[in-house]
Amino acid sequence: MPGVEGFMYPNEVELQWSVLIVLYPFLTGLVAGAFILASLERVFQVQEVKPTYRLALLTALAYLLIAPLPLQLHLGHPERSYEMYLTPHKTSAMAMFGFVYLWYLMAVLVFEIWLDYRRDIVVLSQSTTGWKRLIYRVMTLGSSNISEHALKVDERVGWLITLIGIPSAFLLHGYVGFIFGSIKANPWWSSPLMPVVFIFSAMVSGIAAVMLLYMLLTWARKETIDMRCVDTVARYLFYTFIIDFALEMLDLIHRIYESDESFRSLDFMVHTKLYMSHIVVQIVLGTITPIALLALTQVLRLGEMSRKRIYAVAGCLTLVGIFAMRWNVVIGGQLFSKSFLGYTTYKMGLVTREGLLVAIVLTFLPLAILWVLVKLLPPWPEKNSSAVPDPAPAH
Amino acid sequence: MSITRRHMLLLLPAAAVAWKHVLAGTPGASPNYKMSEHWWSMLIDLPKCIGCGNCVRACQSENDVPDGYFRTWVERYHVTDYDIENPHVDSPGGGKMGFPPAKEEGGKNFFVPKLCNHCADSPCTQVCPVGATFIGPDGVVLVDPKYCLGCRYCVQACPYGCRFINPKSNTAEKCTLCYHRITKGLTTACCESCPTGARQLADLKNPNDPIHEFLKTHSVQILKPSMATHAKVFYNGLDGSVR
Repeated sequence: MPGVEGFMYPNEVELQWSVLIVLYPFLTGLVAGAFILASLERVFQVQEVKPTYRLALLTALAYLLIAPLPLQLHLGHPERSYEMYLTPHKTSAMAMFGFVYLWYLMAVLVFEIWLDYRRDIVVLSQSTTGWKRLIYRVMTLGSSNISEHALKVDERVGWLITLIGIPSAFLLHGYVGFIFGSIKANPWWSSPLMPVVFIFSAMVSGIAAVMLLYMLLTWARKETIDMRCVDTVARYLFYTFIIDFALEMLDLIHRIYESDESFRSLDFMVHTKLYMSHIVVQIVLGTITPIALLALTQVLRLGEMSRKRIYAVAGCLTLVGIFAMRWNVVIGGQLFSKSFLGYTTYKMGLVTREGLLVAIVLTFLPLAILWVLVKLLPPWPEKNSSAVPDPAPAH
Repeated sequence: MSITRRHMLLLLPAAAVAWKHVLAGTPGASPNYKMSEHWWSMLIDLPKCIGCGNCVRACQSENDVPDGYFRTWVERYHVTDYDIENPHVDSPGGGKMGFPPAKEEGGKNFFVPKLCNHCADSPCTQVCPVGATFIGPDGVVLVDPKYCLGCRYCVQACPYGCRFINPKSNTAEKCTLCYHRITKGLTTACCESCPTGARQLADLKNPNDPIHEFLKTHSVQILKPSMATHAKVFYNGLDGSVR
């Protein structure tokens, strides 16, 4: 059979989960990571990262809104997907994930953004005109009280939401890891480390994405990049990346040392079909290189421009590496037979429902949503005070 | 009246259609079927399997299984001496049309029919997000195609590769133990078509079922016992090399 080496159970030849399912943990990872970065400022009082706080929240929201789309497109019957909420199967990790997602979206992210922007929204609802005014008025949810006391309450509640949000973000992406890690039939996935690896890789990708977006947007706005902020974000990226890499290597060493019945099959796969995406792209290009680059900025006294360039390259490579990691988990886990006697090939469509084109659109769609969100809710103080003028007297 | 060749040509297809119904037997009435009185399983007596592929063909025709997908299939194992961990396995077309002569010499060759193991603790039913796949009180694992989302999580969770997505319905599909037949007192299509009796439908709750005597007197195994799925397809004479 073309594309098949050795023996596959006959129903295994066709891959079940496509590039869209690769995209899904990649997108939710960015959400969780961006939120955790935002929480650094709010809960842990890391003032240096303040310039990225609002941008991180909006990035998380933009990606979270798109995250379910690849799943919907992948389902055989997307019109029945609401059944997961109406009649969830309690033993199913996937069913419970629906509720984790909703909790995170509505109770944490949207609520926190609303609280943080409430003053701005009220002011904008009074200072703008036309359809913009209408949008902002709807967004006030009828509450225009921005007295000092009210804002203090907002601050306290927002802090509490962020506090709840941190374990929620861990839950969101740890749960995605659990969806794979709990499949005992698949030795490539089945590992209690999977949720932990997913959480740390999520933090890595989210921090890298916000760092890149902050630098890009500041450059586009012709503003000065706050190097104290970027240096701090890069330092957190470096530390998190080391933990993530250590966990992944622990998993790898454990597998090599145990060498159970699946090992020979998985080892063969890593050295053949997954060599490029796993060894070259994920480990060498997407992990060791950015860690080495970030380490350089920690040990050498480099100039501002050099640091900026290094952060930009390291950030891009990090995102490529984390995407490769998701690819190797999802696609790699389906390339070998559960008989451990053969291998199949993934043939990605180009313009099919689950093809490359749709994947590219879904990868960049959150950026379009982010653009709208940034226009609607500017995450930085405006140079001219026309966008967010001083608040009107409290009612 | 003498039968001419023309008559013969006309009669043969009709006879073939009629024979199919004769083989299928007369379905009995099923209103008296009580699920709680049964616990269905299957016994596969491997030394009796000759790899003819009758079971695969019967299953595909009985259940309208799409081409290229299998509710049951037959594997041929070739195991050389001292290399039990590296068997050579093939299953051309799921063994539907039988097997070409074995190329390898030395060692041993044998056939292993596979199907859904109707596990009592099935990972596939555990992971289904809406409970569209479930185990009935009679021990048969089924899929409700009107409820299945087509998320494919169950396909991933099955350790035996027994599930697939039907390209017409876009829902999960697998062996139902010919539920439409066994609830009417018939056996499955694969068991009925097996020329050597290598496949036997068994009801573990029926004290008169010959399976009880067989299980007492033979060394019987299940596939991948380490998965702890409580599989209910029992294999007699299962070689340690079988995955």
